Amino acid sequence: MAEKTRLRVPTEAKKGDVIKIKTLTSHPMETGLRKDDNGKPIPREIIKSFACEFNGKPLFRAELEPAIAANPYIEFTAKMAESGKFTFTWTEDDGTVTTAEASITVT
Amino acid sequence: MSQITRRAALTLGAGIVVTLVAAGEGMATPAEADAEIAKFTGGKTAEAGKIAIDLPEIAENGNTVPLSISVDSPMNADDYVSDIIVISDGNPFPGVAKFHLTTLSGRAEAATRIRLATTENVIVVAKTSTGKFYTARKLVKVTVGGCGG
Repeated sequence: MAEKTRLRVPTEAKKGDVIKIKTLTSHPMETGLRKDDNGKPIPREIIKSFACEFNGKPLFRAELEPAIAANPYIEFTAKMAESGKFTFTWTEDDGTVTTAEASITVT
Repeated sequence: MSQITRRAALTLGAGIVVTLVAAGEGMATPAEADAEIAKFTGGKTAEAGKIAIDLPEIAENGNTVPLSISVDSPMNADDYVSDIIVISDGNPFPGVAKFHLTTLSGRAEAATRIRLATTENVIVVAKTSTGKFYTARKLVKVTVGGCGG
């Protein structure tokens, strides 16, 4: 279960600027390959996809594998043409969805 | 950390490289990595270049290795990088991540933190909207271990 998400998104930008968006969410990203102390396999539980939309339009998407470190950190860019809202979605193996939002003013 | 298996441990100088998974699970081979890339390119040959991979040369902790990728591309409606895949040739599975970019991205850049089981190559392949493929790779030496490993 992703409990906490952290975003770093500028709140203001000039038209035409390319901004950096940094996201972090707390999640163990259990690979399914590890065994517990009794030798039983620990079932896989990862965030398998991440998506970012801007004003409802797809901006960036990532498909993650168990080779992504725990507490997945994802950084990407966006070219700003208008003010609006970013929507971030993390989807886990079991279908759990975590969302977050950030707004930006473009002048 | 005690549950990390040590079966695949191999000595490297004075240190010990401990793989993050049991050797019995099987590791991806360079051939499997190539097969994964071929699946992405549809058999086309990816041209070397245009991609800058930022990874440490030596990763002391394979559990979290910072990776950042940047592809030289105009990123306009006529020509932009639409997909980037990250492949490893020594992890249990070759796939690491796939990034899907759009013309809203502005720059063909992405960064994350990855797991590397052992000293291995990280291979990046980028696909452009014009149907071209570019590739680059970087070898990372991974040393996991507490005491000076």
